[in-house]
Amino acid sequence: MKESLVLVGNGMAGLRTLEELLKLDADRYDITVFGSEPYPNYNRIMLSPVLASEKTIDDIILNSNEWYAENNITLHSGDAVKEIDRVNRQVISESGKQVQYDRLLLATGSDPFIIPIPGADKDGVLGFRDIADVDTMLDAAKNYKNAVVIGGGLLGLEAANGLMKNGMNVTVVHLLDTLMERQLDKPAADLLQASLRQRGMNFLMQAQTAEILGDERVNAVRFSDGNEIEADLVVMAVGIRPNIELAQKAGIYCDRGIVVNDTMQTYDPKIYSVGECVQHRNVCYGLVAPLFEQARVAANHLALLGIGKYEGSVTSTKLKVTGIDLFSAGEFNEEEGDEVLLMQDPSQNVYKKLVIRDNRIKGAVMFGDTMDGTWYFQLLREGTDISSFRSTILMGQHDLGDAGHGDETRVAALSDDAEICGCNGVCKGDIVNAIQTKGLFTLDDVRAHTKASSSCGSCTGLVESILASTVGEGYSAAPSKQPVCGCTEHSHDEVIQAIHEHELKSMQAARDFLEWKTPDGCATCRPALNYYLLARWPGEYTDDAQSRFINERAHGNIQKDGTYSVVPRMFGGLVTPNELRAIADVCDKFDVPEMKVTGGQRIDMFGIQKEDLPAMWKDLSDAGFVSGHAYGKALRTCKTCAGKNWCRFGTQDSTGLGVKLEDLTWGSWMPHKYKLAVSGCPRNCAEATIKDFGVVCVDSGYELHVGGNGGIKVRVTDFLCKVETEEQVLEYCGAFTQMYREQAHYLERTAPWVERVSLGYIKMHIVDDEANRKELYERFKYGQKFSQIDPWKERAEGQEANEFTPLQIAG
Amino acid sequence: MNNWIQVTDLKEIPKLGSRIVKTAEGDIAIFRTAHDEVFALRDACPHKQGPLSQGIVHGTSVTCPMHNWKIDLASGEALGADEGCTNTYQTKIEEGQVYIQIK
Repeated sequence: MKESLVLVGNGMAGLRTLEELLKLDADRYDITVFGSEPYPNYNRIMLSPVLASEKTIDDIILNSNEWYAENNITLHSGDAVKEIDRVNRQVISESGKQVQYDRLLLATGSDPFIIPIPGADKDGVLGFRDIADVDTMLDAAKNYKNAVVIGGGLLGLEAANGLMKNGMNVTVVHLLDTLMERQLDKPAADLLQASLRQRGMNFLMQAQTAEILGDERVNAVRFSDGNEIEADLVVMAVGIRPNIELAQKAGIYCDRGIVVNDTMQTYDPKIYSVGECVQHRNVCYGLVAPLFEQARVAANHLALLGIGKYEGSVTSTKLKVTGIDLFSAGEFNEEEGDEVLLMQDPSQNVYKKLVIRDNRIKGAVMFGDTMDGTWYFQLLREGTDISSFRSTILMGQHDLGDAGHGDETRVAALSDDAEICGCNGVCKGDIVNAIQTKGLFTLDDVRAHTKASSSCGSCTGLVESILASTVGEGYSAAPSKQPVCGCTEHSHDEVIQAIHEHELKSMQAARDFLEWKTPDGCATCRPALNYYLLARWPGEYTDDAQSRFINERAHGNIQKDGTYSVVPRMFGGLVTPNELRAIADVCDKFDVPEMKVTGGQRIDMFGIQKEDLPAMWKDLSDAGFVSGHAYGKALRTCKTCAGKNWCRFGTQDSTGLGVKLEDLTWGSWMPHKYKLAVSGCPRNCAEATIKDFGVVCVDSGYELHVGGNGGIKVRVTDFLCKVETEEQVLEYCGAFTQMYREQAHYLERTAPWVERVSLGYIKMHIVDDEANRKELYERFKYGQKFSQIDPWKERAEGQEANEFTPLQIAG
Repeated sequence: MNNWIQVTDLKEIPKLGSRIVKTAEGDIAIFRTAHDEVFALRDACPHKQGPLSQGIVHGTSVTCPMHNWKIDLASGEALGADEGCTNTYQTKIEEGQVYIQIK
């Protein structure tokens, strides 16, 4: 018989936990859900748009009644649990239902705090928490005129905005002199107040409510200074209180909330708790994003996988008042020693402030232009060193939305048919629709359902912005520690470190040691593990062909029709008449339908049948060619210009140096593709400053540049240092390349890697530390002994023949 | 009617890999899992006809090399949030020989 899981609280945190659990293990439990409200699970954070008549209740339902039925979940809605009998492991509901549990999940949420003042129990006084409250408010708006909202925080202002939209005369009463003091500093709060006032909202600041007046129903509010204002409706939005009554009655340890550990377990190990009712590491959360992280952990433990750990959340806030852009995250009030970056444009009502400590963002407040809020929040969560782009950071992530989306960066203003993901042809409307109809909250969800941002990833920022603007604060930002894939909880860094420290030398050893959840991984983690093992244990680890993406397994680029392309290496772009003749002969012999000169100074032959590859490679190999690795996460090309042998401006032998660099590095496997270039003078005809490692020759030596990219996001290299001899160029190139090979995440180009670890860090280990540089260079050259074996020649001689030969059947 | 066709020795298909059989009705991809189960699918992804035989095999599914759709080897159906299905063929292994059933 299955075990029984009972969920108390039919809200977002509880249901999210069930969804995560069903994904991990759909058959473990018989699940019963109790909820006090007579609705299936709905998106509570969207109540404000419902109140503002921008959405309907149906729009915000997350799990329909059919969903419960399809997943065999018994739902008792409109029936609250009144008692937990821990001795007999059962819950008892208001209506008298008794249900046994093996595991109990408490997600009782929170209640609005009602200030205990005289008259607080009169008709027309309420909190803003659920659908019933919204109905009451909408009803009042039809029959009455004056509304008072007590509390100038996020929820209070959203309630006030909604009531105003429904025609009421609204006054917001706030105890302090700035609105939203938990999210905004004074200048931003003042801008907010001015723009709300302009819309017709009234404010009473620094006002303490003393009494609510009226007979049955409220008719006025009196303040401690004796002043009174008329009121037919009073909404109290001064805060929430974790709903712990049920847990407390059952003797479960509570403080302000139900106290849980990092696995979301209460003091009773059979009982878990998630959501606004819990207190974790002394923090109670009132926003949705942390609840989802908790849900993921709780589900993991309910599924008995036992590897998730909740370590607290950094939260960000957006106000859901249409037409007002406001964003806040982290520690937005500076402390002594912090630095503040500020941008103000009063005539445009724009205010941006970043609090910086040790070159890292600690907090952000934005008003008017919140376009880059998600970017700042990401930099904050990941603790990115911003020193290299500090001078422009307030201008925003100007490279957001480069290739493929023109200059359309203002997500909120985009029309529904604006294309967001140029790779997969996904429009804004498709994404918004998927988010709303399928109840999506994370980037991964959106990727899975729409394919947006799942190819090149350049639109990730745009998609995150759409998520943020569509679901408001419920948007669950990707956790700063990203697991490699769904097969593991471990990040790339943890995997790299474990392979190194625990001498894991096979895929199986790595998966066993790191407790992989799947027996043989997936198409995401297998190539990554294969690369990490290969890079760390050259000569010891045997490359696993079946863990290579097809291009690297077949040593050619698969094309859309299933044929392959072939690009022989031309060191430094140099070529001889005999080599060109050999290529021409090969093209004739194998009926190559199209040839093209590539951007990397070599020749691409398209339309090759897979069966023909080994024979073609044999001819190329006989003519002296080796693989160009144009298909691999590997060293691609070294682009060169003519240099001083021919060019009247040339300062050094750029072509010759290019050949030497390519000789040194060819065959090397990398986290991602890797390109070199050498320009013979600062005119830079070889475009060395958009390469992973670029050399610009000058009269007195060689400038070395790193971390450039000419692709999705154009990034100009950072200047590493200047050296005097070709030998030094080779040493620095080998050392930088090896450092990237050892430390970058699989599929991370040098550009984001350099930004992540910072140029200063790279300089410290390569330029300043000579011993380390030489060791890196030696390690690189050692690894090259095993990788400079031409894969084409091997296959022309019969290796891996099965890969290239179809099976024949008689008839 | 007995229409089982012997295609290859199991050894000739790499573990977690595949081979292609060319037939009158098009290419058929034959997959071998880590546990030596064998599955056969039409070698075309339901999404944009990518050659599934060239994908990475894991568990009892294959990831298409073109756009990363994940296809269940037993049913031919797309997994996850994607929707679509490709033809499947019955397979069996007898005395180390792999057979598929073609109509």
